[in-house]
Amino acid sequence: MQFLIDNFWALTITGLTLGAVYALVALGYTLVYGVLRLINFAHSEVFMYGTFAALWVVMFLGGKAGGGTGQVIFWIAMMFVAAMTMSGLIAVLLERFAYRPLRKRNAPPLIALISAVGASFVLAEVMGLREKIVAWVGLDDNLRAYVRNSRNAVGLPDIVAKEPVFTVGGYAVTNVDIFVIVGAITIMVILDQFVKRSRLGRGIRAVAQDPEAAALMGVNRDRVIQVTFLVGGVMAGAAAVFYLLRIGITRYDAGFLLGVKAFTAAVLGGIGNLRGALLGGFVLGLAENYGSAIVGTQWKDVVAFVLLIVILLFRPTGLLGESLGKARA
Amino acid sequence: MRSTLKFAVPLAVAALALGACGTTGGTSNAPAASGGAAACGDYKIGMFGALTGPNANLGIYIQNGVNLALDDYNKKHPDCKVTLENYDSQGDPTQAPALAKKAIDDKKVVGIVGPAFSGESKAANPAFAEAGLVHITPSATNPKLADNGWKTFFRVLGNDATQGPAAAKYIKDTVKATKVFVIDDASEYGKGLADIVRQDLGSTVVGNDTIQQKQTDFGASVTKVTASGADALFFGGYSPEAAPLIKQLRDAGWKGTFVVADGVKDQSFIDNAQAAAEGTIITCPCVPADVAPAFQAAYKAKFNEDPNTYSGEGYDSATILLDGIAAGKDRATMVDFVKSYDKPGVTKQLKFDAKGEVTDVKVFAYKVEGGKIVSVGEIK
Repeated sequence: MQFLIDNFWALTITGLTLGAVYALVALGYTLVYGVLRLINFAHSEVFMYGTFAALWVVMFLGGKAGGGTGQVIFWIAMMFVAAMTMSGLIAVLLERFAYRPLRKRNAPPLIALISAVGASFVLAEVMGLREKIVAWVGLDDNLRAYVRNSRNAVGLPDIVAKEPVFTVGGYAVTNVDIFVIVGAITIMVILDQFVKRSRLGRGIRAVAQDPEAAALMGVNRDRVIQVTFLVGGVMAGAAAVFYLLRIGITRYDAGFLLGVKAFTAAVLGGIGNLRGALLGGFVLGLAENYGSAIVGTQWKDVVAFVLLIVILLFRPTGLLGESLGKARA
Repeated sequence: MRSTLKFAVPLAVAALALGACGTTGGTSNAPAASGGAAACGDYKIGMFGALTGPNANLGIYIQNGVNLALDDYNKKHPDCKVTLENYDSQGDPTQAPALAKKAIDDKKVVGIVGPAFSGESKAANPAFAEAGLVHITPSATNPKLADNGWKTFFRVLGNDATQGPAAAKYIKDTVKATKVFVIDDASEYGKGLADIVRQDLGSTVVGNDTIQQKQTDFGASVTKVTASGADALFFGGYSPEAAPLIKQLRDAGWKGTFVVADGVKDQSFIDNAQAAAEGTIITCPCVPADVAPAFQAAYKAKFNEDPNTYSGEGYDSATILLDGIAAGKDRATMVDFVKSYDKPGVTKQLKFDAKGEVTDVKVFAYKVEGGKIVSVGEIK
């Protein structure tokens, strides 16, 4: 306990950076749940593909350590473009091929859930076996650097030097810490405004509230659902960049645990609620860090899930309640 | 090729004739060279370890050594080749028992190289012991493995009861650390090793933490290490966790010495941790490649790279089993053969004590320098 008090700021800042990643991934779960009442379990893989896209673009363009500020900005911009494109694309494809055919045939929700779990495995294994898949197509010589040891972790080249910017309570806050926290909050504010003010955002809210009434009012439901997946994927892509900057490595199964945590964050904040996802992510990131400090790092997942259960006991709909459609979010 | 065939066919016929007479000679090397369907046992040796999955590199280094030994043998015995059967556990203890059963059920398998890791050894070895199938591990270093009374267990390298104290000694005498932080990954291997280091270093240990395998974010652990003011960190675990751990520590500005053991002696650690890996000290009961130049050259010729962690140990383990096959041993008689084995291998004198531990034990220190793992000598 003394340790927690002594290192409160260090644990808080690192907890918030992790929480920011959880929150951005949680948005994808929450948005899709809002419009479809479906838990998109393959969303963790949407995120994982984003991490690889960001990594590959840096490898492809030959990123290395020691670049100036201009170069660092360029690298990060490229990572965002690559990760958001990849994740958005995967999310849209997922909707098109794993969910839409089922929806057209009025399959029960459980079937869609199984399709989600299956899609998650397929996507993860395709990444884990990319070495072999590329060899089948005969491209393994050209792509060796990107696919070799495809079950192993891959590290991001040290393109961003982490440097302390200022000190708070004995913890030197780095440029990356600030970038991740501020960046994540900015992206969420933009999303919040998008859902609140834009025409498509209104469509999303309308479908979430009452799909049939929305259709009667001339909302193209399929299009809204597609946009929702796209937006969720783009958010996961942004999360992937922050994750890479923060953690430094990724692996074909990097999405799994993170996806579970992000889903937890979404439920914690109130699934279907955008601001809830943000709050849930940060609360979860902090709880994990504080829990690790008090009872030991090996308990961090236990702490996270005990917290979830306790909160759901008292607030069954999460901290802010379920409300993509109902409230104004 | 044609001339060898001409020569081999009559020999094979002769062997068949001999077999028909009921002679079961096998004391000299000549009968083994003859082969033929009846005399040749079509034996296999098993390679048990992670060949895919996050820890696959360590398994593949061993497998390369085993393959080299098989090549040597099959060149000498072209008519009665021994083949390799892979049991890919992915280093996962939960997969080990089923694979062990598969190996036991295949009567052609006369011996196993592996299991490579300690956790999977604990899970698979009881079945091997019961079936009387000999297994020589080139890499599992948890000391307790030898205490189970498994008659079939052999280990061609020093265990963590020698590696742990050596790591502690290195931290104390060479790194000259006064405050040491110890982290383990709760695995059979990592925790066992870390506990020995904790015990040996005693009061210089200023803090402890346990992480989980597959964990990638070490925010809380990093804070614990930096807050403790430690000038050295010992991590008992494998490279998938070691790389992000040291990366995040260096990012947080920690300047101490990172000390790890054989589980991290793997190029992927450096590939992933990059600049953060520099200066890492790796202890290992594995013999540096340059100790056995002939083996090093042969390995390089076949795999186009230097022998890596436990390649030599893999070669030695396989050689013992192949010598047994050459001497006409089968699964039942192999255990006693290995028990009384006493020959120089590429890594050390191969001779086992009553518990199956190799008697000649050395621990070496390695350092990451310029993106390569280089040997910095034996820890004495």
